Amino acid sequence: MTSKNTNLKQFTDQEYKYGFSIDIDADAAPKGLNEEIIRFISHKKKEPEFLLNFRLKAFKHWQTMIEPTWAFVKYPKIDFQDIIYYSAPKPKKQLKSLDEVDPELRAMFDKLGINLDEQKRISGVAVDAVVDSVSVATTYKKKLAEVGVIFCSFSEAVQNHPELVQKYLGTVVPYGDNFYSALNSAVFSDGSFCFIPKGVRCPMELSTYFRINAAETGQFERTLIVAEESSYVSYLEGCTAPQRDKNQLHAAVVEIVALDNAHVKYSTVQNWYPGDKQGRGGIYNFVTKRGNCRGKNSKISWTQVETGSAITWKYPSVFLTGDNSVGEFYSVALTNNYQQADTGTKMIHIGKNTKSTIISKGISAGRGQNTYRGLVKVLKNASDSRNYSQCDSLLIGDKCGAHTVPYLEVKNKSAQIEHEASTSKISEDQIFYCRQRGLSQEDAVSMIVNGFCKDVFQNLPMEFAVEAQKLLGVSLEGSVG
Amino acid sequence: MLSIKNLYAKVDGKEILKGLNLEVGPGEVHAIMGPNGSGKSTLASIIAGRDNFEITSGQVLFEGKDLLEMSPEVRACEGIFLAFQYPVEIPGVANIYFLKSALNAVRKYQGLSELDAIDFLTLAKEKMKLLDMDKKLIDRAVNQGFSGGEKKRNEIFQMAVLEPKLSILDEIDSGLDIDALRIVSQGVNSVRSAKRSMIVITHYQRLLNYIVPDKVHVLSNGKIIRSGGKELAFELEQKGYARV
Repeated sequence: MTSKNTNLKQFTDQEYKYGFSIDIDADAAPKGLNEEIIRFISHKKKEPEFLLNFRLKAFKHWQTMIEPTWAFVKYPKIDFQDIIYYSAPKPKKQLKSLDEVDPELRAMFDKLGINLDEQKRISGVAVDAVVDSVSVATTYKKKLAEVGVIFCSFSEAVQNHPELVQKYLGTVVPYGDNFYSALNSAVFSDGSFCFIPKGVRCPMELSTYFRINAAETGQFERTLIVAEESSYVSYLEGCTAPQRDKNQLHAAVVEIVALDNAHVKYSTVQNWYPGDKQGRGGIYNFVTKRGNCRGKNSKISWTQVETGSAITWKYPSVFLTGDNSVGEFYSVALTNNYQQADTGTKMIHIGKNTKSTIISKGISAGRGQNTYRGLVKVLKNASDSRNYSQCDSLLIGDKCGAHTVPYLEVKNKSAQIEHEASTSKISEDQIFYCRQRGLSQEDAVSMIVNGFCKDVFQNLPMEFAVEAQKLLGVSLEGSVG
Repeated sequence: MLSIKNLYAKVDGKEILKGLNLEVGPGEVHAIMGPNGSGKSTLASIIAGRDNFEITSGQVLFEGKDLLEMSPEVRACEGIFLAFQYPVEIPGVANIYFLKSALNAVRKYQGLSELDAIDFLTLAKEKMKLLDMDKKLIDRAVNQGFSGGEKKRNEIFQMAVLEPKLSILDEIDSGLDIDALRIVSQGVNSVRSAKRSMIVITHYQRLLNYIVPDKVHVLSNGKIIRSGGKELAFELEQKGYARV
């Protein structure tokens, strides 16, 4: 290391701020996975027959599958029998209102900066809070019900709206889609459900907050969003987990259905525990997210800011089925220390005159490895479809890596596809320039990185954008060298 | 204001400054001229706090304080400004946002209240007029896609907004046409006052027609070998460095 770099090395180290865990009495299944466990979960949740069958079919299929190895990530083989598949914070009794939420749980959310008290919330965001495997509170339910919006935990939806669940579950991500979606379909315990009826513009942002608390527990949540004709919803998702030395598995499935003229905007700030500086512990985040623009003129936008997890394996995708439908993917993925991310999107053009936009910003620091992997596929009948992709990588230091793997499959001659890619480094000159004007080193790096991510951040809802900017600053501290 | 005593500095083991002495008083403008590789830019970088130099001996005091102990940002907040020879680009960061953050960082350090967006914009517009700057430049990303002349103008614009006590202009004239040179010089002169000092580094006497110095120094092989009034610059222009 030359003396030139020493000044970059002086970044103070900041620990993962959300790394606490709380002793909550939990109701858990024994470790391991077999048909019994699946029946146990289904029974615990008093599920209808169709759901148990869905789970069992998924499990049978999963047993025939092998873990995918094509992603550019390295980790020791996961022992799927060494995981607890169901852990629920034990309720003292049936909750009738938010006031009855376990004070310890409430304290945990306060610590995370999430207030479950409706009347105190001024931001006007409805929150569904999921701890380990179970949804513990959903705010603003009544107000949403007045306009016909259903926003509740997945388990509640199964009890109260089984017909909707049965109609849409697994129609976007079939249980056999991939190894982790099959696993999730077999063992998912909770998640969020959201239904926006025809013509309704959801009056507030909907937000789900995921938290893994218990040790050695996997979190397998399932989110289903259905936007009927001409409806609109903006959905936010946030995640954190305690610091533990062992890796924990998180394998979620998110399905979105957009009918004619519907628009769904899905934003994620993912900040699972990334592991320590030596790469011990951290969450394995193996997630399948997919939307189907089933209706004409429908639109699905994914915006993600990925700063956490030891390993991220995630490709939020859009099937552009309806004519004139639009898919968007805006992503910032940051890897620091020993984090690895293999993330990107799939845009499948099926209908005519469909459009997709991909803006991906990868930031690698420390020994982080960051891969953009994206597929743009234009089917035979998707005439006049268009795609624009831009993949930029920013390197901080000289021990990290950035990789771009774009796949293109075009079967229609009228399609227009554009792909731009760049790789750059934060230079010592840029930092010195900022410092010479009076900015501290931390502020300089944060400003340069935020500038790099600008095209993505401007697609986030306001308060989320502010949070994302801060998070990037914090995640980068101690990274430069 | 600035006092450099017997300064020795190395870059990658090679000695660049070899016993440099310089005294700059309040309100004075000093020109430093010299052939390529004489150590002019090294001197500018050392004053600003770039750390890829090894200072082997000597002292640099700014208003009586030991400058070499301060980080670059503290030096900036104390009132030192470097107009870069090659200003870097910072994609995605709006010029106006960058400068506002810088000004407020400096003001905060000096115990002044931070300027809000409206007050800042008023100030910025006033200074832009001085430099005849295209309004679009303040909303563009810092130096990105700026022409050579625009970059230099942007440096002086920043200087005019930050109002530093000591400005070091590192070859601010390189790459400027005659008209741009005149405008940039006007900007520089507008910041001149009895309290503000400047060190103007240049190869050419031409710049000194516009920014008239109080003193001219010739830097050669890491040392100041001659000092004089503005007439020294003319002599250099006629004879060349080799014969001085």
